[in-house]
Amino acid sequence: MTGVHIVPALLQAIDPNNTPVSGGAFFWFTVLKMLVIFTIYMVGVAMLTLAERKISAWIQDRHGPNRVGKGWLQPAADGLKNFMKEETMPEGVNKPLFVLAPILSFLPALTAWCVIPFGAPIATRWGRVDLVVADLPVGFLFILAVSSLGVYGIVLAGWSSNNKYALLGGLRSSAQMVSYEISMGMSTIPVLLLAGNVTLNSIINQQAWGGWNVVNLTIAFFVFMVAAFAETNRLPFDLPEAESELIAGYHTEYSAMKFSLFFIAEYASMVTASALMATLFFGGWDVPFTAHDNIGPYSGWLSLLSIGIFLAKILFFLFLFMWVRWTLPRFRYDQLMSLGWKVLLPTILVYIVLIAAVMLGLSAAGIDQAEHGVMYCAILGSINVALIIILFAMLDRGRIISPAYGRMQPREIEKLRRLDRRRGAAPEVAG
Amino acid sequence: MAIKVKVVERPVEDVSYIRATLRGMGLTVKHLFDVNGRVTTQYPEEKSPISPRWRGTHRMLTTETGKAKCVACGLCPTVCPANCIKLVPGEDEEGNRYPLVFEIDEFRCIFCGYCQEVCPEEAIHVGRHYENSEYSREGFVYDLQRLMDQTHPVCEMWDPEDPKGQ
Repeated sequence: MTGVHIVPALLQAIDPNNTPVSGGAFFWFTVLKMLVIFTIYMVGVAMLTLAERKISAWIQDRHGPNRVGKGWLQPAADGLKNFMKEETMPEGVNKPLFVLAPILSFLPALTAWCVIPFGAPIATRWGRVDLVVADLPVGFLFILAVSSLGVYGIVLAGWSSNNKYALLGGLRSSAQMVSYEISMGMSTIPVLLLAGNVTLNSIINQQAWGGWNVVNLTIAFFVFMVAAFAETNRLPFDLPEAESELIAGYHTEYSAMKFSLFFIAEYASMVTASALMATLFFGGWDVPFTAHDNIGPYSGWLSLLSIGIFLAKILFFLFLFMWVRWTLPRFRYDQLMSLGWKVLLPTILVYIVLIAAVMLGLSAAGIDQAEHGVMYCAILGSINVALIIILFAMLDRGRIISPAYGRMQPREIEKLRRLDRRRGAAPEVAG
Repeated sequence: MAIKVKVVERPVEDVSYIRATLRGMGLTVKHLFDVNGRVTTQYPEEKSPISPRWRGTHRMLTTETGKAKCVACGLCPTVCPANCIKLVPGEDEEGNRYPLVFEIDEFRCIFCGYCQEVCPEEAIHVGRHYENSEYSREGFVYDLQRLMDQTHPVCEMWDPEDPKGQ
């Protein structure tokens, strides 16, 4: 496995073009990258609201917004409206927290972006510029740490609003996000096992040489995806918002730009989750079926291409988010919890053990990931196909999340009845 | 004290969440790309057809000389259940009656069409037109000139193909 990192590292060492920028140039490049990322991110989030409305409209056989500049200026009109509206401050709110909550829910999603690499490095006159705002050595752990802070914004909003529906939304969201955080963190352990490092760049590198993780670790990907849906509070897991039950959930009492911040936060965390899925499981900015983009010499066109590829991957996942939202109905609260704790968590725990065992077996058999990349990928992939078939057969029985079934097996009911009979009481057991 | 829940045994195909999800996703994506299936009427540009019996904004028909057909008989203010027609009759030198004041408050009107049914001269009509919006309540009081200026088609009161309304 070490070979994966040695090859590019060696190549970078001998290439004089490949020394990272340092000193003043580093500072200015970082500032530039921050500005560009922030701008593109915010504009992208604004356009996402339009995309959401358009896709929902098309799925429902409508046209969607098509009045303000043929629909393209709709986000601008919405933003302007939200700036002009009145900021209400309901009676009895905890003012500092009430103001802090939207900011707290918005910041984590944005912050997570600073460690996600979005393109192949660019060679400039001052040295190599990595296309990531901060290439942290603990990159992935940083994302896990920051993204779990997002729950604070929602809980504080629910609590400080002094409103029962908002409080219920906040409570639901804290339970939901804490539960799914575990599955999410667990589902990335196989990725880290394969990469042997927590830097996002090395995870991308490993996928470029050893095949995308969606093939290597399909089940981990699915678990991560489901957990990401829950973490971003998107349907079918939008219980914190639950328009039909809780009015609007945690942001019931918010208006104008503070409400808008929650809205932006939702889409921002969607973008971040999509970028994470692309990075961890779909090779990040890696251009598929090519190898030259992973080593030098780097060129501007190559970087542009890799950014485009990364964007395309993100857009695909964003589309998936919206597609699922306008297809599936909301889970009931107990279904949500049973899916998280009884399905996702055991699945991913078993999967971690299995993958670790397979990796141990492969390295004992002398198959190295760096040298036999295709074979390694094929073996892991076929194991995954077998596991998916087994998992599907198990989940397809419909007991776990289907509303048509009670949560007890007939066998267990029989056991309870027998116990009851022994005690001499009349059997009355929930089915 | 457990609550008794009836559990219905159903075949796996019916209760599988995964298969239902995939089917649903297929259905939504089919609609997503179904460009010709969009059903929204783009209102200001295209309007849905209205019935020939549509009773909307009033219209006063005129004679060839451009005068209102109304002879100020007073039947329409009498029959009007909403009491929205104001009529002050006048008489010229030759003894012809005509309306000095004829006003209809479109805001009070319930568009029952009795005025058109009762009119002996076929002067006042309800029309096949519904876009009457104003900035003030006063704007909804249509005077004689404004009623005469309307150009929209008038209500048939019955469908010519189905006169008995069957």
